[in-house]
Amino acid sequence: MAECHPVGFRWVMAAKERGATIIHVDPRFTRTSAVASMHVPIRAGTDIVFLGALISHVIKTESYFKEYVLAYTNASTLVTEEYKDTEDLDGLFSGWQEGKGQYETNSWSYEGSGTSGMHESHRVPESHAGRAADLEAEKVKAHAKDATLQHPRCVFQVLKRHFQRYTPEMVEECCGISREQFDKVTDALCRNSGRERTTTFCYAVGWTQHSAGVQFIRACSILQLLLGNVGRPGSGILALRGHATIQGSTDIPTLFNLLPGYIPMPAARTDTSLEKYVDNYTARSGWWTETPKYIVSLLKAWYGDAATADNGFCFAHLPRLTGDHSHMTTVVNMADGEVKGYFVMGENAVVGSPHTGLQRKGLRNLEWLVVRDFPMVETAEFWKDSPEHERGEVRAEDIATEVFFFPAATHTEKDGSFTQTQRIVQWHHSAIEPRGDCRSELHFTYHLGKRLKELYAGSADPKDRPIQDLVWDYPVHGEIEEPRAEAVLAEINGYTVADRKPVSSFTELQKDGSTVCGCWIYSGIYAGGINRAANRAPATDPNDPYHYGHNWGFAWPANRRILYNRASADPEGRPWSERKRLVWWDEAKQQWTGYDEPDFIKSRPPGYRAADDAQGLATISGDDPFLLQPDGKGWLFAPTGLQEGPLPTHYEPLESIVQNPLYGQQCNPVRFEYDRSDNQLARPFADPRFPYILTTYRLTEQHTSGAMSRWLSWLAELQPAMFCEISPELAEERGLQNGDWATISTARAEIEARVLVTERVRPIKLGRRWAHQIGLPYHWGNRGLVVGDSANELIAFSADPNVTIQESKAMTGDIRPGRRERRKVVAKQRVNNPDEALRDLPVAQKRPVGKHHVYGPLSRQGDQT
Amino acid sequence: MANGFFTDTSLCIGCKACEVACKQWNQLPDDGYHFTGMSYDNTLHLGASTWRHVSFIERPVALNGQDAGAFSWLMSSDVCKHCARAGCLENCPTGAIIRTEFGSVYVQPDICNGCGYCVAGCPFGVIDRSPDDGRAWKCTLCYDRQKDGMHPACAKACPTESIKFGEVEELKRVAKDRVEKLHQQGVTEAYLYGEDARSQPGTAGLNAFFLLLDRPEVYNLPPDPEVPTLKGSKSWISAGLAAIGVTALAFVSVVLGNRSEKESS
Repeated sequence: MAECHPVGFRWVMAAKERGATIIHVDPRFTRTSAVASMHVPIRAGTDIVFLGALISHVIKTESYFKEYVLAYTNASTLVTEEYKDTEDLDGLFSGWQEGKGQYETNSWSYEGSGTSGMHESHRVPESHAGRAADLEAEKVKAHAKDATLQHPRCVFQVLKRHFQRYTPEMVEECCGISREQFDKVTDALCRNSGRERTTTFCYAVGWTQHSAGVQFIRACSILQLLLGNVGRPGSGILALRGHATIQGSTDIPTLFNLLPGYIPMPAARTDTSLEKYVDNYTARSGWWTETPKYIVSLLKAWYGDAATADNGFCFAHLPRLTGDHSHMTTVVNMADGEVKGYFVMGENAVVGSPHTGLQRKGLRNLEWLVVRDFPMVETAEFWKDSPEHERGEVRAEDIATEVFFFPAATHTEKDGSFTQTQRIVQWHHSAIEPRGDCRSELHFTYHLGKRLKELYAGSADPKDRPIQDLVWDYPVHGEIEEPRAEAVLAEINGYTVADRKPVSSFTELQKDGSTVCGCWIYSGIYAGGINRAANRAPATDPNDPYHYGHNWGFAWPANRRILYNRASADPEGRPWSERKRLVWWDEAKQQWTGYDEPDFIKSRPPGYRAADDAQGLATISGDDPFLLQPDGKGWLFAPTGLQEGPLPTHYEPLESIVQNPLYGQQCNPVRFEYDRSDNQLARPFADPRFPYILTTYRLTEQHTSGAMSRWLSWLAELQPAMFCEISPELAEERGLQNGDWATISTARAEIEARVLVTERVRPIKLGRRWAHQIGLPYHWGNRGLVVGDSANELIAFSADPNVTIQESKAMTGDIRPGRRERRKVVAKQRVNNPDEALRDLPVAQKRPVGKHHVYGPLSRQGDQT
Repeated sequence: MANGFFTDTSLCIGCKACEVACKQWNQLPDDGYHFTGMSYDNTLHLGASTWRHVSFIERPVALNGQDAGAFSWLMSSDVCKHCARAGCLENCPTGAIIRTEFGSVYVQPDICNGCGYCVAGCPFGVIDRSPDDGRAWKCTLCYDRQKDGMHPACAKACPTESIKFGEVEELKRVAKDRVEKLHQQGVTEAYLYGEDARSQPGTAGLNAFFLLLDRPEVYNLPPDPEVPTLKGSKSWISAGLAAIGVTALAFVSVVLGNRSEKESS
């Protein structure tokens, strides 16, 4: 966190100054470790074993927050009789479908309810609406429970059994963390959780960029729910986002399968009309019963007067999903000549995205490419110079892709907003006009839209109606005709159609077309016509009585600073403790009140219980703090929404140095592999060609692919060369000298890097053997003030099945002294790996491989930061 | 009244924001793009174009209060100390180096003639001549920003408040409290470097002083710095005495020589 989020880390340092214990779990000793109370080195990719052992410890020692767990989680809910755990099936759950390479998930349900199973339109895991709707929730309220938590099929017992083999000994053998250190962590964690104290977890891509990354975070959420560390001050799981507004780019998504506000993008086959769509994505209980209001208000925002109740509010104009259009799948389609054009805006794909060789192959097969960035980044000049050019494999004159480069304005040259890690939207004002031809994204997109509308204005072809009907009328100002960003914000906030008065909250939105709202979760950001994102009163402001900073920016939803804060009070609505008081029920006023905006229906008393026939928001009982879930509870066991099972399970990375010590199943069975000759994998484990673990990361001094830092002397000089970090022991083993060159190879490619020998990288002890990890920052390319190879050359296309993110935090490779070969290499033939079978149990080996979008369920493109 | 820095290395996370903010504000050039292989330090030391510099010290010694094996990584942002008695200032023959109204030591670039005497006068090796125009450059304690009531760029940019800017006497109080607190938290190695004339007579105390976690040498700081001019009067007297002695000796030898010549003749 100190490395990549130094500004956010100031609060960690402030907490440390006040006596907080900071534990840093990371394969390397980084700048964070340098100031942490404890550094716990871990083998990359084994976090579920570590977290699972913590869960198991908390359960076995009864250190969990009993009242919280019983009242606010699904611990007491019974699971179906058909459910079989990984304990029973050696690493697989019940419902494995040999022929499809996926699970049939009915058996993962609560007893007495049922999910709609493989209904494709629901399988958008990151869409809350889709997930909530997936539970046949009429029955959710009636599902069987055992408040004693003793029933063998209650979630608590299932959880206990599932994690029983995640022991401190297993942590020692699998993660390389000593028993002594593990005990210190459990001690600190349990001492600092419960009624009086809370613990928070921070994570970033060290958890997400794995073949089961989503389950890493699931494991943490189980642990935090058990310890009562959700919805309370100083608790929670903080996802540290990698850029200034990556959070914003998922809220109002750049993702192919979501609409703004975590509403699913319609699927071609199942969502053929607004009625069907609404039926598919409206939950029977919980907050997602409100879906129709949000989709209709969104359609009104986009299609205005053309959107009427009679035409389904122009629902037919929305694009439909016909398959997986995630980043990596699109790139392989590009490489196969199936994609004509590509917009790359603010991304430097041939440095910052996985398998840069394959990225360039994709670009070479396009008809046209648009790049918007500050400098001429590697992606804009891939045709001119690349490792393939250097090796003589391609020539510039043979590449037909037409490249359009548009210089971009910086954030100081444009109005707009950043949404940060804590969901706080912060406005930034333009300080100067952009120079020359530089323009903001807003300018580019708006004027591109204007031209498209002009182009299609006279068309009678029905397929052009979406462009014709689109409302595209933001006011512009100045010589360069910059659209007013606040006009976009006003639309995002929403307003009533009749008088264009801004709504003050999403609770005012309607499903009859009388309201407009561009993104329901942001509603309230422009309440009263005031740009709340521009508020700048810090938490220390004397007018901020509780010092939660409510007048600094706007935190979605409803300027709430801590989500699910109903859970900070007990079921009766009293704070769990004075020390951790946040939100409570005011009996006199008959409403929820407190230091934060209550994350609950304000007037709903704690004693309210939903009737069996309740509808809409009436289904939310007074003790259901997790009101977006159809059952209102925190999910220790996830009956729906995840591809690889209801509980996190340790699978080894696709390339590992060891066999999975927990199960016969080596890798995540539902992973996506792109099985292609240009995307080879090493043996699943113990490949003699690749004996070391590689992991990639960022440095403070450079920013991602370097487009914003490698062209700037003040940053470039601070980390002027690609380097690898290795332990003194590995240096000795391979004859590597500090400051010299080394070549690092994987099954895909080789790169060269300067050697930094450091004790910050330690060999780790796994059982009776020692393992070496090699650290690789990834900021360099062949353009800019400082150049070097990109670590992303080494990474395979492979994907977590829930969010299609690549596994770049753990893979295997080799290292040798000297610089890499610059000669042409003979085109690699696809090597049929005789050991491929080792990757899986026999039953999972039969999963189909190939272009995964043919077989794979719909998935969301993971944001890569 | 003097303003200065208190650099608390126990809070430094090595982000180098100070180095970058300094270079941006003062529009300084790069030092060249050299991979040094010395931890994360690629600018190595203070100089004409680097007025804040973060050093990274990997040491095979555990830090008290930290559980990370027999290893720790110290980081420290070095800067001109703006010594209460500044060697550079006292050595400057042209009057280019002055003490400002903020108590800082400032090189006036329009007066500096590049003689380099100041370079020899600094016991910390801070001030440096630029290779292009030969003039001497160093931290100005953001004189221009202070004139406008702003804090120096480095302190403003520091995310963890490792660099604190303010009135030196106030900073000393903060620093002493901080040391005490660290000692209570078990970080018993924390101490202040150069906070006053008593602890560092050779400079009469530093307006930019430090909280360190190991011996000064580990941070590339002299353990007992002394401005050369401190012993100036003593040196001049000694030199004078020596000159008188040599003159006397010469005179005597000439007189005696004459006499013996006469005697021999």
